[in-house]
Amino acid sequence: MKRSLRPLAATAVIFLIAYAVSVLQFPGMLSTRVLGNFLTDNAFLGITAVGMTFVIISGGIDLSVGAVIGFTGVLIAVLISWLGFHPLVAFAIALGVAALFGAAMGVTIHYLQVPSFIVTLAGMFLARGGASVITQDSVPINHDFYSTISDLIIRLPGGGRLSFIGLLMVAIFLLGALLAHRTRFGSYVYALGGNAVSASLMGVPVARTTIQIYMLSSVLAALAGIVFSLYTSAGYPLAAVGVELDAISAVVIGGTLLTGGYGFVLGTFVGVMLLGLVQTYIIFDGTLSSWWTKIVIGVLLFLFIVLQRIIFAASAPGEESPEKV
Amino acid sequence: MADGEYVLEARGVLKIFGNHVALDTVDFGLRSGEVHALLGENGAGKSTLIKILTGAYQPDGGGIYVDGAEVSLDNPLHAQTFGIGTVYQEVNLLPNRSVAENLFLGHQPRRFGFVDFRRMEADARVLLANYDLHIDPSSELGTHSVAVQQIVAIARAVQLSGKVLILDEPTASLDRNEVERLFEVVRGLKAKGLAIIFITHFLDQVFAIADRVTVLRNGKLIDTRQLDALSRTDVVRLMLGKDIAFSGATDVEPSETPDEVLLEFKSYGRRRSVLPFDLTIHKGEVIGVAGLLGSGRTEVARIMFGADPADQGEVMVNGKPTSLRRTTDAIRHGFGFCPEDRKAEGILGDLSVRENIVIALQGKLGWFRALNRDEQLEIAGRFGEAMDIRAASLDMPVKLLSGGNQQKVILSRWLATDPAFLILDEPTRGIDVGAHAEIVRTINRLREDGMAMLVISSELDEVVAYSSRIVVMRDREMVAELRGKNINPGVIVQAIANHTDEAVA
Repeated sequence: MKRSLRPLAATAVIFLIAYAVSVLQFPGMLSTRVLGNFLTDNAFLGITAVGMTFVIISGGIDLSVGAVIGFTGVLIAVLISWLGFHPLVAFAIALGVAALFGAAMGVTIHYLQVPSFIVTLAGMFLARGGASVITQDSVPINHDFYSTISDLIIRLPGGGRLSFIGLLMVAIFLLGALLAHRTRFGSYVYALGGNAVSASLMGVPVARTTIQIYMLSSVLAALAGIVFSLYTSAGYPLAAVGVELDAISAVVIGGTLLTGGYGFVLGTFVGVMLLGLVQTYIIFDGTLSSWWTKIVIGVLLFLFIVLQRIIFAASAPGEESPEKV
Repeated sequence: MADGEYVLEARGVLKIFGNHVALDTVDFGLRSGEVHALLGENGAGKSTLIKILTGAYQPDGGGIYVDGAEVSLDNPLHAQTFGIGTVYQEVNLLPNRSVAENLFLGHQPRRFGFVDFRRMEADARVLLANYDLHIDPSSELGTHSVAVQQIVAIARAVQLSGKVLILDEPTASLDRNEVERLFEVVRGLKAKGLAIIFITHFLDQVFAIADRVTVLRNGKLIDTRQLDALSRTDVVRLMLGKDIAFSGATDVEPSETPDEVLLEFKSYGRRRSVLPFDLTIHKGEVIGVAGLLGSGRTEVARIMFGADPADQGEVMVNGKPTSLRRTTDAIRHGFGFCPEDRKAEGILGDLSVRENIVIALQGKLGWFRALNRDEQLEIAGRFGEAMDIRAASLDMPVKLLSGGNQQKVILSRWLATDPAFLILDEPTRGIDVGAHAEIVRTINRLREDGMAMLVISSELDEVVAYSSRIVVMRDREMVAELRGKNINPGVIVQAIANHTDEAVA
């Protein structure tokens, strides 16, 4: 097996074992209802994590996504409830704003050579602050379009429900995987994460690719914001605080190397599902504090970082050359 | 092709950095179907010339001509469109991606907008077969040896440019078999009519593969010659600019080498770095190390100090077998090491002169015997005076000092630990004349005090002036040991260039 696949395989195995253990304890967890809710409840996190996967593979980080979700939610709520825009128009505006926002961060990162950590941290404060300036309160959204979307449900045997937003997340994951693994843009993203100097010498359009990566991340975060507003039917400036860290955790647990260059979009999906499983388990148990979620995520993250170190240190480049020169 | 018809030509190229003339009206012509070696010591202008030929730098004067037509090369990618491809010493590919993707990145075949992996890998297999390389194109590049990666880099460069191939020290990290393998590839490309520029520090390799040679020194073109009319000595003489006729035997009396042996290295070496060598070092002896850049001088120093541990041979300190796996082992035995790259590996720029001087001593004492401020000041003051360090205050950051004074600070740092054996790598590079004399005086004084030293230097006159013995490095091998009256710069040049078929003076 390729060594870059090993962390992903480990995640998948851990997910299956954890799920099996949970089912043994709570047989109710093996139902289409729980699985359907897995998708719906984690839709906004999953969509955000797809964008984050691209950013991390390219060797960067995007701390602004949680704030962008919050800002988008408020922007949409204000546009629809206060200014009377149709939701679709509001969505388009929100996505456009996010694209510009991401492009601005990408431009700063590339042309001013500022670490992405700092730039997106600034972006986080800007977006969160911007949302709070618009309104301090939760703005409810009551629009027919929202009810229509909520009613778009595929019923599964056994009482499960596949919601529109859950399916949207799955679609985004599939499109993301296609983009990462089957297009030139995808190969450029991996190239930047592998070695940015080599990449530019090999003709990778570094500036364009960097800007596109952060645009993609912000647009997907805005889409996650739309999904979040569909999920909660409201916009709140303090929504999705800390989601950037959950997204990063899901990406890393999904087998993407934090230093860039290696990773899989579908690995992130497994990562998101594993995080969802932990939360569901705690809900089923009922006696555990929800903070245990954080502890389990912390342990998992730590485990995976160690695992990746071991895998990538054990087969250092050039040390084992199967062919004879 | 008639003489004077060049595929790639530089005419009167001038490049100035600030006040420094890096290239002074240099002419360079490359014919198709030849391997043209570009030689010169550090700072000779080789890399500047290459960067101009690949478009990384723009010349301040003169012009670049491709097939006789003047061109302006904006960047390496632009140069590629004129058929000029480059392979660098550090493989500039992506170790995290597949071999096939490394060959075709940016030019991947596509179907319906998506990369057609099947076709890309089939194309890669065909392409690599031309280089007699049968590896799985879908395998990760980083899992292959450096030699294979180099060949992949060459395949990519030739594929995308196809007229001129510039090899910038491609063999620096290859072993002998791998070099031979690479040369077969280069010979094959030459036979196909490619024009190849080959840059290396290894003279043997130049003679093995090159047809013509251009030598640069101090930014000036010294000569371009047909290689078969030259001997090794001629080439070294062109590079170093030493007139072998001059004399200047060592001042150091061949004092019937002091008898107390301090260090003994037996078949000591490290794979891909230095071939095994034997060397015995006595107390009160200065061993000079001479050789061209890249001949393994610095590597010897690093192995001795445990910075890159040896993987073969043994070492005895004071007659007892020991091992030098880490620099702390070496320091425990009383070794000191002033590295070549002062800024990167020597000084701690933001710390004060005082802190820079005491840090090695503190390291030797350990955590629990912290030197208090007064002790530090006393030690720093003592060495500051003895070494004549010109600093406004011992508490000023060391980065504000001149190069010569920084060097004295580093020297003081090790002298403070009272070392038994001190390794100095290019101690006089880039410092002013006064500091230079001071350091040479210090070396002589320390020898008289009974300290053993290993001094690496490119300045032959200087090595001759203070060494009791001189070892000569060539192609990572210790090839000669000169002693006593034998030592003069002429003999050293001979030894550096010497090959079995040439007589030793």
